Amino acid sequence: MVVEYSREEELERLVHELKTVKTSDWEFHDKDNSVYSTGKGLNKKVVEEISEIKKEPDWMRRLRLKALEIFESKPVPTWGPDLSGIDWENTSYYNRPDERKTNNWDEVPDQIKDTFTKLGIPEMEQKYLAGSVAQYDSEGVYHNLKKVWEDKGVVFMDLDSAVQKYPDLVKDYYCRAVPASDNKFAALNGAVWSGGSFLYVPKGVQIDMPLQTYFRMNGESTGQFEHTIVVADEGSKVHYIEGCTAPRYEKNSLHSAIVEIYVKKNAKARYTSVQNWSKSVYNMPTKRSWVDENANMEWVGGSLGSKVTMLYPSSYLRGPRATASNLNISLAGPGTVKDTGAKAIHLAPYTQSKIVAKSISIEDGKAIYRGLLRINKGAIDSKSRVQCDALLINDESASLTFPHDEIYDPTATFSHEASVGRIGTEELTYLRSRGLTEDEASSMIVLGFLDDVMREIPMEFAVEMNRLIKLEMNKFGAVG
Amino acid sequence: MTTLEVKNLAASINGKQILKDVSFTMHGGEIHALMGPNGAGKSTLGYVLIGHPDYVVTNGSIKLNGVELVGKLPEERAKAGLFLAYQTPVAVQGVKLSAFLRMAYNQLHPDSKMKIQDFYDELKRNLNKVGLDETFMSRSVNEGFSGGERKRVEILQMMMLKPKFVILDEIDSGLDIDALKMVAEEIKKYFSDQVGFLIITHYQRILKNIEPGFVHILVDGKVVMEGGNDISLRIEEDGYDWIRGA
Repeated sequence: MVVEYSREEELERLVHELKTVKTSDWEFHDKDNSVYSTGKGLNKKVVEEISEIKKEPDWMRRLRLKALEIFESKPVPTWGPDLSGIDWENTSYYNRPDERKTNNWDEVPDQIKDTFTKLGIPEMEQKYLAGSVAQYDSEGVYHNLKKVWEDKGVVFMDLDSAVQKYPDLVKDYYCRAVPASDNKFAALNGAVWSGGSFLYVPKGVQIDMPLQTYFRMNGESTGQFEHTIVVADEGSKVHYIEGCTAPRYEKNSLHSAIVEIYVKKNAKARYTSVQNWSKSVYNMPTKRSWVDENANMEWVGGSLGSKVTMLYPSSYLRGPRATASNLNISLAGPGTVKDTGAKAIHLAPYTQSKIVAKSISIEDGKAIYRGLLRINKGAIDSKSRVQCDALLINDESASLTFPHDEIYDPTATFSHEASVGRIGTEELTYLRSRGLTEDEASSMIVLGFLDDVMREIPMEFAVEMNRLIKLEMNKFGAVG
Repeated sequence: MTTLEVKNLAASINGKQILKDVSFTMHGGEIHALMGPNGAGKSTLGYVLIGHPDYVVTNGSIKLNGVELVGKLPEERAKAGLFLAYQTPVAVQGVKLSAFLRMAYNQLHPDSKMKIQDFYDELKRNLNKVGLDETFMSRSVNEGFSGGERKRVEILQMMMLKPKFVILDEIDSGLDIDALKMVAEEIKKYFSDQVGFLIITHYQRILKNIEPGFVHILVDGKVVMEGGNDISLRIEEDGYDWIRGA
């Protein structure tokens, strides 16, 4: 009971705090800070230019050009949400804010530093993190790792720097889990990737504080194409976090990232991402993990904002007793399509996966669960559980579920549970007749719906999610 | 003294005129009963008073201490001191009763906030008084509650939120005889010269437990008769036909 009180008090404090925060706190944008851009559109020359600017080794340049060929050969996928609003011709694929990269906030250009300060990043780093990377448009502008971890051989920096400093290590993992041929957006990333993080945790090193990368997309009609690689070597433990925001523009922007996570034997990795894109962003990342023997992978995701999001973090359970869990919260506000889910591929015996997906649709926001569960022949005694819960706020909103199961081993056990709840005028009026405002009533309903998931994620990030959800709810004003 | 003044009130839902002409005045320290046959518009009056967004006021006014409530949001009316114990309380999935009541209390009484521990202690005591156990604190509002439990929780909310004008819509339905006695006891305890009650009921049953000083009869959206408790006694004997005929 005591624990519960303090949690509620924490939330209460938060509610109070929220009343003073406005959405403009992150929807602001700076003037265009890029000192260099490849201009609009994409072709071989642009790709070569990016590689040139980065002074990349030849193997990377060749990989980029190969990816461009694949990108050009693949059609835009039509099996999901409408992607016709992506303006391929008028997007700038590379925008560099400044020449320098630094490990000292004081050396970050003022305006960019102010942006990150407004978003609370340096403060967070000091309080909760073992290290952090900050990316502004296409390039990392800051990276720092606490010395104690550096001394233990941990590598944490933007991927561009890692290509220069640790080419062999990068080569071992780059595009192994997510090859450019995987899908059109992965191919695009392969061609024009810039930034993203490289995190390597050596054998047996267990990092008790999380490491974070924060992505900020500033320019209008730009694309952000970071590529992140996390390697948890044998017996290690790591928690990596990503946060993302972008200002709101009239013209659409594109975010197409790749995240590859390698969890070696007996290692544990957790990847938490809180994405809060504004309503002009197409968010199309490809995220995948390879989970080896007796290793554990946890995906925790909160997806807010954006125009369209297509996101299905995948776990390939490659060794015996590998386990993966996936907790995902999607909030589809008015005008947003969230096509999200998870994939679990069981390739070895005694593997287990758990997928919990919660979605909230508001007004004409559309939340779709799309998942894949595959248990291969020979993956004996494997188990999987999938749970999808949808909450519809408003009498007209809708949610859809497309689970897809391929079970090839007779010893496998799996279950699907799904629920849909609807909150309409009656429920909101009832709470309001007791003194809650419409925003408070709908926030309370949403947070209540998410409560079981919130309890599974670390307190400070649950608080951050709570904060963003309340802001998001407040933004909608007259809900219901 | 607090005064609720309803004057020539008319209201519709989906274009259908339900209330046509309702007037009455209540003061703190008074218990009023609003009686009427089925379909007279009794529950509608409750919803219109608290500002349910589905209802449109087409004429008249609702004044609390001289301040017009028509056009005000439900939460503003709650802050002004109105409280409706619903005939059919709504279940709200995922919202914990304790957290909800605490948030509501803080909204309604910003100047006399209670420490969280004190608030929950009082909540436990009041749960006990209405015959419910502590586990209700952490359950979702009305979700999976029986009809009788929901009614007890309505009274519990009144006790916790401390409104000035309480509208009880068919509070006795769903309650067995012992539960009704218990609930009526708490209602009487809450009553004071600072609080006004409007008891909406079809039958006289509840009025045996809580005797009203004023009775208003609503028929077809209009208040057609007013007087003392003797009217309610005659209704028990003779039904509503003599009023319709009058």
